[in-house]
Amino acid sequence: MNQLPLNGLIVLEFSQYLSGPSGGLRLADLGARVIKIERPQGGDPCRRLAVKNLWVDGDALNFHAINRNKESFTADLKNKEDLELVKKLIRKADVITHNFRPGVMEKIGLAYKDVKAVNEKIIYAEISGFGRRGPWAKKPGQDLLVQSLSGLAYTTGNGGGAPVPFGLSAVDSISGIHLVQAILGALIRRQREGKGAYIELSLIESAIGMQFELFTTFFHSRNSIHRSKVNNGNPLLGAPYGIYKTADHFLSLAMMELRDLAAALDWEELNAFDQQDVFQKRDEIKTLIAKKLKTNTTRHWLDRLRRNGLWAAAVYSWKDLDQTEGYQVLKMEQELQVGGKTIRTTRCPITLNGEKLVSAKAAPALGADREAIIKHLMEG
Amino acid sequence: MNFLNDILVVDFSQFLSGPSASLTLADLGARVIKVERPVTGDICRELYVSDVVIDGASSIFQAINRSKESYTADLKNAADLIKIKKLLKRADVVIHNFRPGVIERLGLDYQTVKQLNPSVVYASISGFGAEGPWKDLPGQDLLLQSATGIALLNNTAHENPTPLGVSIVDILSGAHLAQGILSLLYQKMVSGTGGEVQVSMLESALDFQFELLTCYYNDGHDLPQRSTVNGGHPYVGAPYGIYKTADSWLALAMTDIVVLGQLTDCYALLAYTNRDEWFTRRDAIKQVLAAHLQQRSTKEWLAVLEPADIWCSEVLDYTGLRNHPAYKELEMEMTVKNSNGTVITTTRCPFKIDGQLLTSTTGAPLLGEHTNAIDKEFGLNQLQKEGAVVS
Repeated sequence: MNQLPLNGLIVLEFSQYLSGPSGGLRLADLGARVIKIERPQGGDPCRRLAVKNLWVDGDALNFHAINRNKESFTADLKNKEDLELVKKLIRKADVITHNFRPGVMEKIGLAYKDVKAVNEKIIYAEISGFGRRGPWAKKPGQDLLVQSLSGLAYTTGNGGGAPVPFGLSAVDSISGIHLVQAILGALIRRQREGKGAYIELSLIESAIGMQFELFTTFFHSRNSIHRSKVNNGNPLLGAPYGIYKTADHFLSLAMMELRDLAAALDWEELNAFDQQDVFQKRDEIKTLIAKKLKTNTTRHWLDRLRRNGLWAAAVYSWKDLDQTEGYQVLKMEQELQVGGKTIRTTRCPITLNGEKLVSAKAAPALGADREAIIKHLMEG
Repeated sequence: MNFLNDILVVDFSQFLSGPSASLTLADLGARVIKVERPVTGDICRELYVSDVVIDGASSIFQAINRSKESYTADLKNAADLIKIKKLLKRADVVIHNFRPGVIERLGLDYQTVKQLNPSVVYASISGFGAEGPWKDLPGQDLLLQSATGIALLNNTAHENPTPLGVSIVDILSGAHLAQGILSLLYQKMVSGTGGEVQVSMLESALDFQFELLTCYYNDGHDLPQRSTVNGGHPYVGAPYGIYKTADSWLALAMTDIVVLGQLTDCYALLAYTNRDEWFTRRDAIKQVLAAHLQQRSTKEWLAVLEPADIWCSEVLDYTGLRNHPAYKELEMEMTVKNSNGTVITTTRCPFKIDGQLLTSTTGAPLLGEHTNAIDKEFGLNQLQKEGAVVS
């Protein structure tokens, strides 16, 4: 795509790990120039945080996934000369993001008020773990801990069993998304009113925000909300919602009327229950369904359910998925060249004007763009 | 502090994905008009997914559609369609989440709307994409979680694939749509050019897993293995997970196993000096730890671990969270009121701008509540007559 909506904008990313940098990645894919400001020793610690011991060109593979399409500028923010250089860069920048713990940017001299003094129209966005005040303000902003404190772990897994965390860094990802929304909103206002903005976000607010349906229901529910004891799919939903074991694999059943399910499966006994029972007798009904579905294969059930227009699906692993035509037509994967090696990752999920947003630019080596930025951006 | 003052959003979408995008736009200050079919409206009004109903509409409808207006129109009725087209001429943003093909049949596809309104930002969400063999499948959250491997990341290995208990794919696709819309609105402010943004729940579900999928693509397509003890995260070593204690639960994130052994007097862990084993012998380590942590209460463990900067926490349900002093500091709750006077407690937009919370006092609209006012304001009835004459 020739022209992207954020072309011409400069984002300075002081953020590390996943939350802020995943937001930076989205801004880059939408056309912004994203420059990571990294410390000379080691840079973003995510460079060293390899998942499954997978490394590419000296950096963790997951670092490459999060930081493709960006540049790297090394600066020791405790060194006066480097700090001056960074301030020069700030004069040219449109957006700054950071996710240091509260107090760190203040100590360096790059709090919002300091940065605003250098560049009045800057959009300054920060992510903390738990906000600036209250008993959790000093807690580390780590994904699992936020999941555990925000009630998220009590949405998943079966009632009566352990709270089950999401098996990926869900809160980091959501807060990165919220960060981008707020920054884009601020960019629109700046364009119309000439004002900068100060955006504050925390992982805990993002985690609660993503559960807004559940919380609202909880606030108005006399009996609170509970996970189903049997094959829980979502605490808000009645039978049959959930994933069931079949004779050969698994099957998901979403919302559907019990009588439609009974008809599709030719299963008279289920008609002993009424639609009004789906919450009151949720576990009892689901136990029966679980027993029934074990008696035949996923394919068998799925054919019957689909024929009746009911919402059901097989459970795919990535390997099952990537062999399907439905996946292949998406062209969700893209290749990057890193140090003579080709790696594969995903592209931006947003399609603009009918074009999928891909970028072949790999993640930068630490400090790779420092000289060029000094030469062109500062002097230009 | 309104970022989107004077921005008009006309939203044809239903359920959660599209409406959650327009909720974000409303929180940023846009005016959102929900176009709903007469009599029933957004199916989400009646979709009693929970058994909690507030003032005749589901609790989730109330949460998703606060701060919006409702305009009823039958899009298959020619007169109504003329009114809608007149309204679309004034819109900055149009949103829908019909299945592929429906909007074309209605004659409200991007090309048509663009002719009425050349700088419009036109946004749509599909379930499984606009093309390919799956395009007609229903875009339902659990089905998407099941199709994209999300359910195979959570819980312990011997358990069924376990879906996330939040409608995560709806929420992600709505959030991605909002990002695309906002980027094009920015472009429109800069250059006057709008555009089209498309998101599918399938792509959003894959993007959510982008870090892990990148591992999979480059690691010989090796699938994630869930831990056999205390679930957690399939790509992270011990002790990552949630453990039973003498009285409740304890979450432990990435931590040095030997240090953990020392702090908790769990001597069996002292042998694991080789960091690689924290992943390769994850289940053995977690087994030892799981048995050991049941000896004392969560509070006792936290008293040992927190001062040593170990990444740990208690595990709260909604009641526990709501009663915690830290929750009150967040000021996450707000109350909105609908035109019947019904007060609904919900959560606010998660970010702060210029030190201020983004809150609203307006509840979800009653079906068609604003139809007459919008007709009048935009002169839509008038056009209906003109249109009738012309046709």
